[in-house]
Parts: sequence; structure tokens; C-alpha cells
Amino acid sequence: MTAIELRDVSVDLDGRPVLHDLTLSVPSGARLGLIGPNGSGKTTLLRAVAGLVRHRGDIRIGGVAPAALTRRELARRIAVVPQSPVVPPGATVGDYVLMGRTPYIPYLGTERRRDLEIVASVLDQLDLATLAGRRLDSLSGGERQRAVLARALAQQAPVLLLDEPTTGLDVGHQQQVLELVDGLRAALDLTVLSAMHDLTLAGQFADELVLLDGGRVAAAGPARSVLTERVISRHYHASVRVLEDPDGGVVVIPVRPARQAGEPAGRKVAT
Amino acid sequence: MTLTERRPGRARPAPDLRPPGLRAGLLLAGCACLAGAALLAVLVGPVRLDPAGVLAELAGRLPLVEVHGGLPERDAAILWQLRLPRVVLGALVGAMLALAGAAYQGVFRNPLADPYLLGAAGGAGLGATLAIAYGPDTSSWPVGLLPLAAFTGAVAGVAAAYALGRSGGGRTTTTLVLAGVAVASFLTAIQTYVQQREDDTLREVYGWILGRLSTAGWKEVVLILPYTLLSAAVIVACRRLLDVLAVGDDEAESLGVRAARVRLVVVAAATLGTAAAVAVSGLIGFVGIIVPHTVRLVAGSSYRLVVPLCLLLGAAFMILADLVARTVMAPGELPIGVVTAFLGAPFFAVVLRTTRRAP
Repeated sequence: MTAIELRDVSVDLDGRPVLHDLTLSVPSGARLGLIGPNGSGKTTLLRAVAGLVRHRGDIRIGGVAPAALTRRELARRIAVVPQSPVVPPGATVGDYVLMGRTPYIPYLGTERRRDLEIVASVLDQLDLATLAGRRLDSLSGGERQRAVLARALAQQAPVLLLDEPTTGLDVGHQQQVLELVDGLRAALDLTVLSAMHDLTLAGQFADELVLLDGGRVAAAGPARSVLTERVISRHYHASVRVLEDPDGGVVVIPVRPARQAGEPAGRKVAT
Repeated sequence: MTLTERRPGRARPAPDLRPPGLRAGLLLAGCACLAGAALLAVLVGPVRLDPAGVLAELAGRLPLVEVHGGLPERDAAILWQLRLPRVVLGALVGAMLALAGAAYQGVFRNPLADPYLLGAAGGAGLGATLAIAYGPDTSSWPVGLLPLAAFTGAVAGVAAAYALGRSGGGRTTTTLVLAGVAVASFLTAIQTYVQQREDDTLREVYGWILGRLSTAGWKEVVLILPYTLLSAAVIVACRRLLDVLAVGDDEAESLGVRAARVRLVVVAAATLGTAAAVAVSGLIGFVGIIVPHTVRLVAGSSYRLVVPLCLLLGAAFMILADLVARTVMAPGELPIGVVTAFLGAPFFAVVLRTTRRAP
């Protein structure tokens, strides 16, 4: 079954075209990585899928057009982890994660016991139970990202959209967060669509990659076919070396462009 | 697909999510503050009333309660005709301004927002000034022209700011706040012009702007009660949504909340309540900022607790401020806005310095 389907989707922002006639299909339970240079349209694509930006063309979530759903119904189908989540001043982790239950709580009502139980379960799963009473703005980057993820999971939506989920995290926390997402995806049968800047991690944590450039699909397929030196050089204007790791994945390493003859090599930094 | 269905063994009550004891305790403390302030305010004045007599008099009015004793006729008249309506009106005005301040701070995600942010003060000030300067004698009317003009001015000021903000094409809170600043400045300019032309009204207009409850009676209470009740009910009902708006419009939308719609409803309710409060009390400043922030320092930032506590403590704060206003220079009265700022600022500084929030 197809979880997300886009057909000829275009988005204009402030009169400027950002996505052009995009067609994409994500099977249920799949991990799709969106990659592309800055300004290529990754975030806009995620926002269009989440119904946060006007679009032309056809988008279907689980076979249903978002326009046919209320905002609350859509939030029960799609959870979003934004690139730079707003941290409400003074909010505790528990209260923040409880916001994830908003689509299930009547508009003017209040949370019920079941909502609190689900939040407790999510906090437990993400090792946040002991931090429930802590203020969100007092957490480390890794802990905060887990809290944001917990809020999204509390929505119990089958589709999870992640916009640069590892921004600002060190390499260890990047791996932890992505492993966590992967484990949850497998356990809860989630469909995960994530925009990624780190190409190596994108290749490791996605079944397939879609490379966007200028709002169009420039390449799509398994990491090995998309992450080639030629493709990256052409669309990122970057010099990279792509290595194959023993597990069958690929590793993308930035390299300094070759210097022109006569160009100074620079000074050695004293340590 | 639910987490609990998949992992039923793991579902359990939320740990440390919202300690119910703490919440109930804070609400009880708020009720006690309000009751204490109200009792003090009805007892203290040029004529001191007997506390036991006051309690017996009040209890005697409760349905199904039979109480012997009470107050002498003169003291009973002071209690029922002078003190109590003033206390009740002060409570309504204080609760409303604190609630509206908290609501504005929530929907605009701006800690400095107050109930007058979108032009309510400018509109009410102009309405009141026009009524004082040019209004006919309305002593035979069931409702005076001044509260009507202030109420209408406040509502019209906010409506104009909202219309201007929306016509600018922006749906952001910044556009709206800027529109409010523009409308407030424009209306204040007209008010100042009228004031200068009709300078014999200066003292009365100035007295109204600084706020007072000296004309309080049951008529004023009945006049604003429906608006304050409706406004308070809407804001209390939206308290959980105010928490969600704190993450910004985009994230709130992705959580299933129509942010612009909720903002409109809350601003409309807060404006209605503010306009009603301003109509009978003038422009009492500071309450809408000081009370919500003090509550947050003590009880945390969640509007689920901040909103009901603002209701209780805003009422208590205004009752005490009015008590000071009418006793400190007796038999004269200080403008209540002077008292709220004079007492509120140092109190806030003390709370700010002594409160240590757990990390």
C-alpha cells in the first residue's frame, strides 16, 4: 500500500516556484531520504505533504487527499519533526510531549487518562521518563531532540516527516537519534520521510534516496545509485570521494579541490 | 495503530507529568488569597465592620442557611451598598485584566503583551474623552454614556487593528501587533487633540485614564458581568490551546490546531472582557503583565494552570490595590493605576529575585 503519493505537485512561495511537477510514491513502512543542496525544496516538499503550504497537483496520504481531511484528522495521519523546533519557554518535557495528543483531545476539552498513559509510554520508550518534569530549555541537544521525537510519536500517526533531524547534534547523538527512529519505524510500522544533509547518514538510514535540485527530482533510487561522485559534484558543486563500506553502504567524504599550480599551500597551524 | 495497543504492558500513568497535588494546592492557595483579600477589603474602611457580623451577614444570604445575628442596619448598608459591590467589581476587573493579559501573551508569544496591546486602551480613551467632552447629560439613562463610549471605543480600536493587520496581507502576529501600535497611536493622537481643545475636561479625563473604582455599584457589576463571564469562559476553555500556540503557528498546525482561528477567538474574547473592564474602571495598567508573570514564576508556564490562577490572583490583586487606593489618603482616593504600578513593580521584583525554578 502507498503511504504517500505525489503527482505533479508544484509549490510557489511568494510568487517564486520552489517545487516543479514533482511525482513521488512512498510505500507504507518505507524509509525515504530526501537529499539535495540548500534551497532545493526539501523542506517545502515536507511542508506540502504535511498540508502546511498551498500546492498544485495531487497529494494523497494513505489514499486520501489532505484537503478532504480536517486539520486534526491530518495530524492523526502525519507527524512532523521540524528542523528548528520552537522551544516554548518554561515548558516541561512532559507538557511538551503531551502536546502530541492535541489531535485526539476535543478542541475545548482536556486530556484524558488514556492520553496521559500514551505519553507515559512514549516517554518510557525514548528514555525520557526521568526527565518528564525537567524544563525543555535545560536539556542537552540530544535529549531535546528525543523530546521532539517523543511529541511526534505521541501523535500516533503512521507517517513521520523529519526535517534535518540531526541538525546541531554531534556524530554520536546523530547516530543515536537515527537508530532510535529506525527502531521505532520497524516496531510501529511507520513510514518515514526525512530530509537529510549528511549524505552518508542519509544513505545508511534510508531504503531509497530522492535527490532534489531546483525543485525537481534530479536522481532517485538506492543510495549506491544516487550517491556517486559525479551526481554529487554536479548537483552540490562539491568535491567528494565516495567509498563503499564493507556492509554494502557508501561513505561520502568531502575532499579539498585540487589546487592550481603556484597557489600557496597555506600555513601550518601551531598546536 | 496505537502505541498502547502494541505495547499494552508498558502503558501506565504518566510519571511526574502533572502532579495533581501541586495543581490542586496552587488552585486552593489562589482561592484562599482571593477570599482573604475580599474579606479584608469589606472589613477595612472609614467605618470598621465587625468581622463576625460580616461573616454572619454574608452567610445569612446563602440559600438554605439560617444564621442569627449579623450587622446593625447602618453597617449592613455599608457592607451591601458600598463595600461589597466595590469588591466584586474590583474582582471582576482584576480577574479580567489578568486573564486577558495572559491570553494576549499566549497568542502573541510575547511576554510584554498586555490587554491594551491592540488598541483597546487607545479606543477606550478616545471614546471616554469624547463622552466627557461632548456627551449629553445621561444621568437619567439606565447606563451612563461614559462606560458605553469606552466599551465601544475599546472594541472598535481592536477591530480596526485586526482589520489593518489582515489587510496588510500578513497573518503573522508581528503584523497584527504593529497594526495595533499604529491604531493606538492614531486614536491617542485624536484623544489628545480633543483634550487640548476642551481643556476644562482635562482633570476628569486624566482621572479616568489612571483608573478608579470609586463609582462602583451593583449596577456596574450587572453591566459587565455577562461580558466578563463569557470572556473568561472562552479563555479558560482555550487554555490548553494557548499551550500549543507557544510552539508557533506552523507546529501548532501540524498538531491539528488552526492557529489563526484560535488566535482570533481568544483575542475577541480577551477584547470583550477588557472593554467591559475598562468601561467601568478606566485604564488600570500593569495588572495584565504583573499578575500572569508572577503566576508563571510560581506555577510554571503551562496555561492550563496559569489561566485559572490568573483569574483568582488577578481578582485578589485588584481588590487589595483598590483597598490601598481608598485608604492610604482617606478620605481622598489615589488613582488605582498608581497603586497597581507602585505595589506591583516592587512585588514583581521580589518574586523575580526569590523564586528559584527547578531546572
